[in-house]
Amino acid sequence: MDKEFTSEQLQRYQRQMMLPGIGLAGQQKIAESRVFIAGAGGLGSPAGYYLAAAGIGRICMADDDVVELSNLQRQIAHNTERIGMSKTKSAEISFKSLNPNVEFLAIQQRITKENVAALIEDHDIVLDCSDNLSTRYLLNDACVLMSKPLVSGAVAGFTGHVTTIIPGQGHCFRCIFEDMDPYDKSLDSQPGILGAFAGVIGSIQAMETLKIITGIGETLQNTLLIYDGLKSEFRRVHAARNRDCPACGENPTIKISGRG
Amino acid sequence: MAVTVRIPTPLQKLTNGVEEVESSSGSVMDIINDLDAKFPGIGERLAENGKVRRFVNIYVNEEDIRFLQAELTFINDGDEISIIPAIAGGSK
Ligand SMILES: [Zn+2]
Repeated sequence: MDKEFTSEQLQRYQRQMMLPGIGLAGQQKIAESRVFIAGAGGLGSPAGYYLAAAGIGRICMADDDVVELSNLQRQIAHNTERIGMSKTKSAEISFKSLNPNVEFLAIQQRITKENVAALIEDHDIVLDCSDNLSTRYLLNDACVLMSKPLVSGAVAGFTGHVTTIIPGQGHCFRCIFEDMDPYDKSLDSQPGILGAFAGVIGSIQAMETLKIITGIGETLQNTLLIYDGLKSEFRRVHAARNRDCPACGENPTIKISGRG
Repeated sequence: MAVTVRIPTPLQKLTNGVEEVESSSGSVMDIINDLDAKFPGIGERLAENGKVRRFVNIYVNEEDIRFLQAELTFINDGDEISIIPAIAGGSK
């Protein structure tokens, strides 16, 4: 499996290969990894950008939207000239121009319960950068079923969440948020957001991904990280596998199902 | 010292925009009742018939009350309660 790096690559990745725990072996793991990113928006842009920069072997990004002017204050993988272009194509151009070593797969599709398994199947890690709870549950359920690590990020207003799910080794998304709260109709609305704020959460997702790949440090496994952008405060709460979880509990009732 | 209850943004419309409410020690249910006395309507949103609603997540300091004694969990002065709803958005 030893990958020979070119001198261009050795120079490109020099500063991260100097880090304890990464080195040549860690860079090889990064170069061999295949990452699936759900969503090419406010979280997928920074997460994908940093993963491409770090030299991930293959990034597959799925999103069915096209670039709009109102996206550009936060979705930095796109630009003004690409309004009307598919977001995944636009992200491909940005990421490949930053780092041509990365293989990029653009999937201009909405993630559904019919295609989710096929989309994530060939990937080592899944990033949830989606914009709705249906997709979040769908990705969680598929990742639990297929034992894929899932790095979930979400933002609303000045509140952000990140958690890292390693199926079989701890909690899943439904262990924390079992299902959509029928009382909370505001959840799927689209409140305001600052690009820099989404950038913080997407960057943490990229960090989590690189830690899973290289094995350095501690991930947010069994932890929900909560970022309060107004107070510049990070808080952590403990997440644990719930024996009654419908996805990963002792008697799971969910196969692969989302809602809608 | 009192108990601090952190109200998440989506529920702040029930607390007139207040982010942190002080309460006194007691069970989680006592504190929900106290919250409801201060901000009528929030109790019904969080609990029903003396039980925390199924999809409502309440943490005492860093721990999920589901893994403690649920609504009967005793909250001491100095503890912090957070109500944490799921967030949908990735700002697409
Ligand atoms: Zn679970």
